[in-house]
Amino acid sequence: MTTAVELAAAVRDGTTTARATTEAALAAVAANDRELHAFLHVDRDGALAAADRVDALTSQGRDPGPLAGVPVALKDNLCTQGVPTTAASRILEGWVPPYSATVVDRLVAAGAIPIGKTNLDEFAMGSSTENSAFGPTRNPHDHGRVPGGSSGGSAAAVAAGMVAIGLGSDTGGSIRQPAALCGVVGVKPTYGMVSRYGLIAFASSLDQIGPLATTVADAAACLEAIAGHDPMDATSLDEPAPRVVAALDRGVDGARVGLVAELLDGAAPDVVVAVERAAEALEAAGAHVAELTLPELRLGLSAYYLIAPAEASSNLARYDGVRYGLRVDAADVQAMNVATRTRGFGDEVKRRVMLGTYALSAGYYDAYYGRAQRVRTLMCRAFATAWERCDLLLGATAPTTAFELGAKTADPMAMYLSDVFTIPSNLSGEAAITVPFGRGDDGLPIGVQLLGRARAEPRVFAAARVLEAAA
Amino acid sequence: MSLGREDVAHVAALARLALTDEELDRYTGQLGAVLEHAQDLSQFDLDSTPPTAHPFAVAATVREDVEVPCLDRDEVLAQAPEVEDGRFRVPRVVGEAL
Repeated sequence: MTTAVELAAAVRDGTTTARATTEAALAAVAANDRELHAFLHVDRDGALAAADRVDALTSQGRDPGPLAGVPVALKDNLCTQGVPTTAASRILEGWVPPYSATVVDRLVAAGAIPIGKTNLDEFAMGSSTENSAFGPTRNPHDHGRVPGGSSGGSAAAVAAGMVAIGLGSDTGGSIRQPAALCGVVGVKPTYGMVSRYGLIAFASSLDQIGPLATTVADAAACLEAIAGHDPMDATSLDEPAPRVVAALDRGVDGARVGLVAELLDGAAPDVVVAVERAAEALEAAGAHVAELTLPELRLGLSAYYLIAPAEASSNLARYDGVRYGLRVDAADVQAMNVATRTRGFGDEVKRRVMLGTYALSAGYYDAYYGRAQRVRTLMCRAFATAWERCDLLLGATAPTTAFELGAKTADPMAMYLSDVFTIPSNLSGEAAITVPFGRGDDGLPIGVQLLGRARAEPRVFAAARVLEAAA
Repeated sequence: MSLGREDVAHVAALARLALTDEELDRYTGQLGAVLEHAQDLSQFDLDSTPPTAHPFAVAATVREDVEVPCLDRDEVLAQAPEVEDGRFRVPRVVGEAL
């Protein structure tokens, strides 16, 4: 498997062409994706046209960009002008956005080639990609198992070698958990570091876009291309992209690493062993690892499953059958709204919209949403105390390796528990990355998670690179 | 505070969703399980803890009040389920009796 960094270097120095890298990616999709179903839409013509534009720049002696000719996959909740965008929902089937997400424009400006749109849990609500209205994605390591979710399509596309880089979105772990289950690197950047303009909103105080890749260096190259202030996103941090590529080889000598009990509790024994080995690898590279307990993190799951649905119930109110997407005809406008939403939304989306509506409703607001927001304050304070003693935090990414298709679909609460280690950093905004580190007893990939304080991406990536080298 | 079938029917109506009897039963059980798990939030005294709505304190940002191009009307309307005279068309809102 050629990395994104290698592909871009070869395209830039003329060893190969963007046309060739793009045709290879399209051929890999054609060969693998009938079985895996990572993609909802393959934009063959658009990809080849983008490749030809990159090659034209190169032949004119102009700079084709740092990701020249690198095939990328876009989660299908990222708007792409002229290319269907569904969020894996029937309610948006056939919709063609009139504009592209900032991250898509930035990737293309960097020379990357969008190959297509990848599968996800409907509106990014789920942990297995089984909530897609268009059928599940299979884990490339074991086709009977889930790829994780909600960015399962991008994770599978990268893990299967169909593309070098995938973009995902992470609201409660939706980049990191599938990356861990598919054995690839996944990054949840600091909240606000990457523009969400053109990301179909799920829970706006939590959503972040980030890369999935086979190497830490590829993820770094992608993050530098997509991050940095965007005036089109009012929550975008007013600062340039972090310099993560230059930081990759800084190592962890002298770094203080907290091994967080709450980010291991309840993990399967083989996952715990992997995290302990990761701690040893960091120590061997000069870090000081100390065990740490942050009890408030235990409340993350409950807080998240009130806050995220509450925000979702508001964000998804826009799907009313009026301006775009599905409309189911009825006698008056309210009956049309109900008929459209009832047919257009799947089970999990309905569950979360109702849960959020309940948590925000008169009489229950203080007991549920209000309480969850106060707990969120406790979580942020817990992280703040940790940063007084630590530079990095270490834990598991997901409690287990990839589970079997259908194993958790009947029990939403069991599915939600897949996110227990990833949720806290969404609530607090911290930077996070998952790196493949060893295999489970079943031979499937395990991911370990590193957290850094907001804007600490250079340090987080340097540590991730140490783990990658030791894995 | 346990969630009843009538609570779920009420939020479904607020959320503009129609549920079958079978769905009402199933969702009542599933949503009840999530709310039961959320009881762990009651273990802390939170009266003096302020709520957090957003990871970082951010000020509302405003742009310069200058004209900028917006999306093309025809392009936007091309995505609408029904259009009339350059506008979105919807079924009756008020007026004739049902």
